[in-house]
Amino acid sequence: MTSLLKRKQQRVDALAESAGTSLAADAVRRMLRSPVALIGAFLVLLFLVLAIIAPFIAPKDPYQRYPELLEDLRPDFIPGPMPGFLLGGDELGRDFFSRLLVGAQQSLIVGVGATLIGLVLGMLIGGAAGAFGGWVDSWLMRFTDIMLSIPSLLLAISIAALASRGSQTTVIIAVAVTTVPIFARLLRGAMLAQRHSDHVLAATALGVRRRTVVFRHMLPNSLGPVIVQSTLTLATAIIEAASLSFLGLGDPDPSRAEWGLMLGNSQRYIDVKPELAFYPAIAIIIVALGFTLLGESLREALDPKNRR
Amino acid sequence: MALLEVRDLRVVFQRRGTEPFTAVDGVSFDVDPGQTVGLVGESGCGKSVTSLAIMGLLPSRGNKVTGSVRFEGTDLLTLNDKEMRNRRGRDLGMVFQDPLSSLNPVIPIGLQVTEVLERHRGMSRKAAMVEAADLLGRVGIPDPQRRLSEYPHQLSGGMRQRALIAIALACRPRLLIADEPTTALDVTIQAQILALLKELVRDMGTALIMITHDLGVVAGLCDEVNVLYGGRVVEKAARYPLFADPRHPYTHGLLASIPRLDGARGEKLVPIKGSVADNIPWDHGCAFAPRCPNALAVCREVTPELEAGDVRSLRCHNPVLPGTPAAQEVPA
Ligand SMILES: Nc1ncnc2c1ncn2[C@@H]1O[C@H](COP(=O)(O)OP(=O)(O)OP(=O)(O)O)[C@@H](O)[C@H]1O
Ligand code: SF4
Ligand SMILES: [Mg+2]
Repeated sequence: MTSLLKRKQQRVDALAESAGTSLAADAVRRMLRSPVALIGAFLVLLFLVLAIIAPFIAPKDPYQRYPELLEDLRPDFIPGPMPGFLLGGDELGRDFFSRLLVGAQQSLIVGVGATLIGLVLGMLIGGAAGAFGGWVDSWLMRFTDIMLSIPSLLLAISIAALASRGSQTTVIIAVAVTTVPIFARLLRGAMLAQRHSDHVLAATALGVRRRTVVFRHMLPNSLGPVIVQSTLTLATAIIEAASLSFLGLGDPDPSRAEWGLMLGNSQRYIDVKPELAFYPAIAIIIVALGFTLLGESLREALDPKNRR
Repeated sequence: MALLEVRDLRVVFQRRGTEPFTAVDGVSFDVDPGQTVGLVGESGCGKSVTSLAIMGLLPSRGNKVTGSVRFEGTDLLTLNDKEMRNRRGRDLGMVFQDPLSSLNPVIPIGLQVTEVLERHRGMSRKAAMVEAADLLGRVGIPDPQRRLSEYPHQLSGGMRQRALIAIALACRPRLLIADEPTTALDVTIQAQILALLKELVRDMGTALIMITHDLGVVAGLCDEVNVLYGGRVVEKAARYPLFADPRHPYTHGLLASIPRLDGARGEKLVPIKGSVADNIPWDHGCAFAPRCPNALAVCREVTPELEAGDVRSLRCHNPVLPGTPAAQEVPA
């Protein structure tokens, strides 16, 4: 048993070796050896693949109401699994399984969209604060502190509620805004630490231009925590987006297949068919768990303290 | 006129809400081309702060630097940030204590060498790469071509320090400051690095400021030595008189606390009692008085001045007499 594990580790080491021995490869090697990282990566990968191919593998049209499912649909009965309908119907007679699958895609779009926007804006703010320091830093950080002081879901709800009509875009923007101060603070902190690091002092002692110091010596060494945070943020973004839909602040179109919306709409039928709430909820939890496990193990792998 | 003339250099750290702290207190010394000058003293005596002040690398806020640092007649302290950036790496080079943390961990060695060549010698990346391999070879790194694409963590400690020396000397600066360049290395590697520095300084005619707390390093390398205590020079002499005949009680104590190859068998090593933590400022008497075996009543009242003699400058009311054996610990 142990020898098998050892052989596997050696194979993994060899793989990482062939990929060059840069720091990234070093981190990858540690990731490949950690079961938590592997579970997280597996869940994330599964989610990504399903989300991307969902429309092609969905057995039925997720927006169509099927006569077979409508036939027995009554306020106190929603059909369960039957041939052709793996998980039966939903409260409007649509194929529940196909809608769950397509919901993965919606979550991915919102999660990635919000995280990317938050990442870019946050890095601009944090990067400027870290690079310039002084009053630029104090003003930008005062701004992010105000944003951070508002609970993120409350902030997202307020922003989403500002839009006259909810849509997927408003959900993405609302969630993105809540992630901006986190990315900004993180990058700024990492860059400030870099500013006082030995190798930045050494580069300065060589007369290297300020621009080069920032972009070649400070920024690349500050990205680790930001990468980790992006992974973790994907998890919270997906949960927050689902919460907004659940609260009716998303796209009001009831035909849309989206986990948060499905969860919200199934509330009234919780006694009739609890699966309608259970499966979307489980899906959200599993995806969030996957990104969190991956993010946490990334953090560990990138931690310079674990570097050999 | 010497290449570098440091006059009455003073660095005072002042943070809001704290007492001002004088880390360097009126230090003066000269360095000529091809000459090696040592700054010696215990941890916290102001060696690094002195070198950072010369390089203009102290933080922009929270400190005040006075005096003058004339490099070829130009006072470096009056230059603005841009002018200093143009000189650093080109006229003034520096090697730091910890070779691993002084290199950028995420970019290959080659790029860190070519960076300074591109910056100050206007070389293209390609030409700089060729030169970089040459430089690494010259500091004794085997297979330099391959090393160019490697990352700092793939090199051994000694190799890293060689690379840093290559980087610091890439543009042939006329002054090199080495701040404890061997402290982080194994003893055998230390000797190699020192030999390398000695050779390069001789070949290039570079002026070298050697900062160390290790008198062995001083003995092997320095032409002139400044012994610092509490931010002030307490004894300044050429290497031979300093080692053969230390007159300041602190220098005497430092020498007595290191093993000697020619020492009589069974001869005891005598540590200097106390530590720099006992430092009292220089305003009321001698800062070394609490630890000094020669201390007199006057030492605690009158601050000794640095007095220049024929062979040495000395800051002491009651110097050690020539030929005195290592001081024995006096009962408290
Ligand atoms: N940025 C700073 N702000 C405040 N005090 C400082 C600062 N840098 C150094 N000091 C103080 O100045 C004194 C001299 O420090 P310095 O680093 O020059 O010592 P050193 O002689 O190089 O010692 P070591 O052998 O440990 O390197 C120390 O007491 C230190 O606490
Ligand atoms: S001045 Fe006095 S206390 Fe200071 S070193 Fe000389 S003898 Fe010792
Ligand atoms: Mg120091």
